[in-house]
Amino acid sequence: MSTAVDSNPSGEPVMMPAPQQKRAMPGWARGMLWAVVAIGVLSTTSYLTGMNTLTSSNTAQTALRLALPILLAGLGGLWAERSGVINIGLEGMMILGTWGAAWGAYYGGVWVGLLAAIAFGALGGLLHAVATVTFNVNHIVSGVAINLLGLGVAKYLATLVFEPLSGNPRQSPPVPKFETYSATGLSDWLGGLEDAQRVVLSDVAGLVRGLITQVSPLAMIAILLVPLSYIVLWRTRFGLRLRSCGENPVAAESLGINVYGYKYAALAVSGGLAGMGGASLVLLPGGADYLENQTNGRGYIGLAAMIFGNWRPGGLLGGAALFGYSDGLQLSGGGQAVLALCYAAVLLLGVIVVIQLIRRKWIAAALGVVGAGILYFIYWSNDELPRDLIPYTPHFVTIIVLAVAAQRLRPPRAIGARYRRGEGD
Amino acid sequence: MTDPEPVVELSGITKRFPGVVANSDVHLSVRAGEVHAVCGENGAGKSTLMKILYGMQQPDEGTISINGEPVKLRNPQDAIKAGIGMVHQHFMLADNLTVKENVLLGAEALHGIGKKARSVLEGFAEQTGLHADLDLLVERLGVADRQRVEIVKVLYRGARIVILDEPTAVLVPQEVDALFETVREMQRQGFTFIFISHKLDEVRAIADSVTVIRRGTTVGTVDPKTVSSRELAEMMVGSALPSPETRESTVTERDILRVAGLRLDAEGTERALLKNISLTVHAGEVLGIAGVEGNGQTELVEAIMGMRKATSGSVELVDADGTVHDLTKLGTLARRETGIGYIAEDRTRHGLLLNQPLWSNRILGYQTRQPVSSGRLINRQAAREDTERIVEQYDVRTPSVDVPSGALSGGNQQKLIVGRELSGNPLLLIASHPTRGVDVGAQALIWEQIRTARREGLAVLLVSADLDELIGLSDTIRVMLRGELVSEADPATVTPTELGSAMTGAATEEDV
Amino acid sequence: MKSWRTVVLPPLLAIVFALVLSSIALLISGADPLRAFGTMGAQLFKGTTAVDTVNLATVYYIAGLAVAIGFQMNLFNIGVEGQYRFAAVVAAIVGGALRLPPVLHMLVILLVAVFAGAFYALLPAILKVTRGVSEVITTIMLNSIVFGIVAFLINPDQFGVLHGNNVATEEIDSSGWIPGIPLGGAGTLFGAVLLALLLGVGYWFMLNRTRFGFELKASGESPTAAAAGGVSAKKMTMTAMLLSGAVAGLIAMPELLGRDHEYAMTATQGYGFIGIAVALLGRNHPAGIALGALLWAFLDKSAVSLEQIQVPREIATIIQGTIVLSVVVAYEIVKRADLAAEQRRVGRAGRNGSPASVSEGGAV
Repeated sequence: MSTAVDSNPSGEPVMMPAPQQKRAMPGWARGMLWAVVAIGVLSTTSYLTGMNTLTSSNTAQTALRLALPILLAGLGGLWAERSGVINIGLEGMMILGTWGAAWGAYYGGVWVGLLAAIAFGALGGLLHAVATVTFNVNHIVSGVAINLLGLGVAKYLATLVFEPLSGNPRQSPPVPKFETYSATGLSDWLGGLEDAQRVVLSDVAGLVRGLITQVSPLAMIAILLVPLSYIVLWRTRFGLRLRSCGENPVAAESLGINVYGYKYAALAVSGGLAGMGGASLVLLPGGADYLENQTNGRGYIGLAAMIFGNWRPGGLLGGAALFGYSDGLQLSGGGQAVLALCYAAVLLLGVIVVIQLIRRKWIAAALGVVGAGILYFIYWSNDELPRDLIPYTPHFVTIIVLAVAAQRLRPPRAIGARYRRGEGD
Repeated sequence: MTDPEPVVELSGITKRFPGVVANSDVHLSVRAGEVHAVCGENGAGKSTLMKILYGMQQPDEGTISINGEPVKLRNPQDAIKAGIGMVHQHFMLADNLTVKENVLLGAEALHGIGKKARSVLEGFAEQTGLHADLDLLVERLGVADRQRVEIVKVLYRGARIVILDEPTAVLVPQEVDALFETVREMQRQGFTFIFISHKLDEVRAIADSVTVIRRGTTVGTVDPKTVSSRELAEMMVGSALPSPETRESTVTERDILRVAGLRLDAEGTERALLKNISLTVHAGEVLGIAGVEGNGQTELVEAIMGMRKATSGSVELVDADGTVHDLTKLGTLARRETGIGYIAEDRTRHGLLLNQPLWSNRILGYQTRQPVSSGRLINRQAAREDTERIVEQYDVRTPSVDVPSGALSGGNQQKLIVGRELSGNPLLLIASHPTRGVDVGAQALIWEQIRTARREGLAVLLVSADLDELIGLSDTIRVMLRGELVSEADPATVTPTELGSAMTGAATEEDV
Repeated sequence: MKSWRTVVLPPLLAIVFALVLSSIALLISGADPLRAFGTMGAQLFKGTTAVDTVNLATVYYIAGLAVAIGFQMNLFNIGVEGQYRFAAVVAAIVGGALRLPPVLHMLVILLVAVFAGAFYALLPAILKVTRGVSEVITTIMLNSIVFGIVAFLINPDQFGVLHGNNVATEEIDSSGWIPGIPLGGAGTLFGAVLLALLLGVGYWFMLNRTRFGFELKASGESPTAAAAGGVSAKKMTMTAMLLSGAVAGLIAMPELLGRDHEYAMTATQGYGFIGIAVALLGRNHPAGIALGALLWAFLDKSAVSLEQIQVPREIATIIQGTIVLSVVVAYEIVKRADLAAEQRRVGRAGRNGSPASVSEGGAV
């Protein structure tokens, strides 16, 4: 998704005054810093508003489960977009994945289900590659078409295969789920700490406990895929070549790189990851079996998480955590908890305003103050938010986060651009 | 020179594209260790030939031999293996990748991507005078450094035959000298160069032999020391090269464009792209702006056109009655309507709708004005008729006005744009690189049209990287450096070299 | 220059390809493709199906137009879905609450729908113009959020009424209805067919005869060239998005004012996405969109008959999905062939006089 405004309409490189950039903080340090700020804000909020749900282990556990599909879809988006292809078809590939997961798991157990989901998603990804890479179809058009097709194929196959088994064309029969594992000793100790209701300490204990209780292998794989994607994309020759296709395919071609091949590979991986995201909806305990419309736009939210994460694996993890958390919170805490989230946002804005003031960005600081004021008003004037709207908390968060983040992003340069072999100048 | 055996031998190369024969029966023979120039005007087929030699395109007929062995170059990888490297005219660099990543890309197998690669890389960087941090994003490099990165890329791959495609087009004379120094040094180490250019004095300065291409085919190979630039020019175009020389001055005292204290900050920052720009263009005057690309010329033009909002300062246009129009707060369309014609520097990005027919392109920028529009409604018939007029008057070669503009050659596209921009009886014409990438015929016609309009009282703001064009057409030259107008030059007396030092900031006097 | 090839061939190819592909799917599942397509085709001559098809196509056509307005300037208003549902529920509530004379009542409802649709497109437009946020993501989020808004507004605590198990808005008085065109035994044609026709003609006129249409197409094809020609990209984005939303507001009107007279929780969804497909099929051309809408509606309506011969009706969805994907591919292939032909033509013309030249900035 190219969200950055082209502030340089002529496209010429502007290189006159090139101010020396300050040495940026390394990515992991910034990630840690944000995590600390987030926990600080949440525990303060939970202390001030008395909403323990904000940092309960239950919320964290639900958040992890809900973040997984978004994380996997986001990783899928990362692979595709780093190779220069916009992948709005993640949703369709995810749907294919859900069907594949249920089908494979029903006949061969969870691991076969997972593989089938990856294979089905990858097929969707390859279809996207045929359309966008070989035939140069507009990436968004192709993605939308794949979403339609994915939905249609899954429905057709569900009617054909699942209806005789479950009696319902919209649902699969019950399928096996992944086992889960807990770090029991640690978990119990943290549980004690959580119940002790000590400021900050109990909050951290609650969140950590949620993350280490009843963890499935799929969750571990998904989380491992984040550093793995980083290493492959940024530290290997394959990754360098793949990213070069997203930055300047003509230059890559001039160096003898098979751009089509790398884009196909990237999209196959992208589709596979999206399919895995679909599997995480079907194969986790507590998740539904195959159910029509169960992806419910998570492919798109995954894409948004990736944009929020600035096309980087670490940032993407943060984005997925944010969406998973807001979704988990509304499920476990309802309207009051979401309202407390508004309060947390006010505190976070406060921190940001202080940073902006230190950096002498007066306008940004002023906007922050206004935003905080509005949110505080919402918090102060309501006891509970309308129940019908609560389930859409992650969607609202997506829009707000994109509105705040969009202009500082750095998408791959040639994203969405048409490229044909031998046509560059 | 030392070795009679040719290292590169192209014979009978023919390449057809839909509708055009880009190369027909081209012969080229390059000896080891020489600098071999390939000359020809824009559109003569030099670039296509080099793409064929670099494996980016396959010839329809003909053979290629490297070091006496016939080879088939199906892709750049094959060419690289055969020891050929190419420095492209439009740099093949990924802005968001670092210098190191750009060089290693595709050649990871040679030294890996770790420490060893870095030390090899540092050696080559030293050799070409590249002093930038290898972990810097290429985005932050200047033009000359980008070119050095391109050369390092070629060296890193172990190429012994280097194609330089119009390498001097983006450099000022001093940078050209530095480049030539590097080329000579490498030549001493045994590298062979194929040097593509249409600038004859440069060819004569660096080349050991010259092959001239005209209309897609080889005219002949000569020794540059025994032929004059004039003779070379005649080989290139079949006649003398057109000259941008303007004869008599038509400058009047009447102000047309007044820019005062213009400042433009980069979006969202307080970094000035333009600062303290003040200039006046009079009726009948061509004011030339010289400068190394990226020093704010593009921004100046876009700020005057209203495509970028100036942070402070004013822009005024005075019409024939002496009425002063303050343009500072107006949008681009309103500025155009007051009487500005605009030839943008990149015609395919800013000048034309490539998929739309010619008559539709005639409307662009004039969508509110007679004859093509009545304000809210478009008059298709009138647009077609007026486009026919332009096609006739400006010699645009096209079967009809219904052809999409993208199907025309660069020269014909530019003639259409010039015709369009002069058709609204403008007070001021802003011309950015008006003859970049067009053939000699179109170049001569465009220069002639600008001269004619100037005689009739048109004010022209000319931005060009072609110093001969700038000196030949302008009545006054201002030099731009880091977003400021730093000095003024008289085109009657200034030489390209003097202008070059002013452009790089080497000369600091008020008047060069 | 568009030859018949460019216009007609791609969709035909796509349909044939889709039929082949779905035949394979049918064969694998053990059904007879010929019998299945025969059953579907036979529906064309049944009066009721024909009228149903045209009625549904009316809805699809308006949806296609709404999407096409955005597509004209490369703006992907995926949010037509959310915009029409928001407009429908707001218009139904206002229409149910108002007591006005006939015609005026109807016009007020239509107007409310238009404004509500545009209003729901306002946020993505503002975010796109001021913050550069991709309209694709924001509109998709708003598509989901609209479920909550509809549920919230139809909730009996707010504006809804409980009918048995179903909640819906209050019924609109007959003064607000659009009268249908009775066709005897075949059923009743929506009066809104005329509204759709009017919109189609208006769309055509706007695109080809007005300055706004020119600017819209120009900024769609090349935002940079349009900007140099004095077309403000931000203004066009804003206008196109709002206009697209306004037209989207009308999508539910044929059914709301011609059949249902109230908007229920269970009202059909997904017209916005079908609009995208139909606009792609018709290549944003008013007549093309009409044909696409008819084809789509026909597939939907005739698929019901498949159940009589024990074939899953979802095969129609596969046909539809395949058609969309293959039609865009087919358009791309034909476009390439045409551009090459055009260049050949220009090349020939250039040869009388001076040589044709390949220039760096040119077309090759």
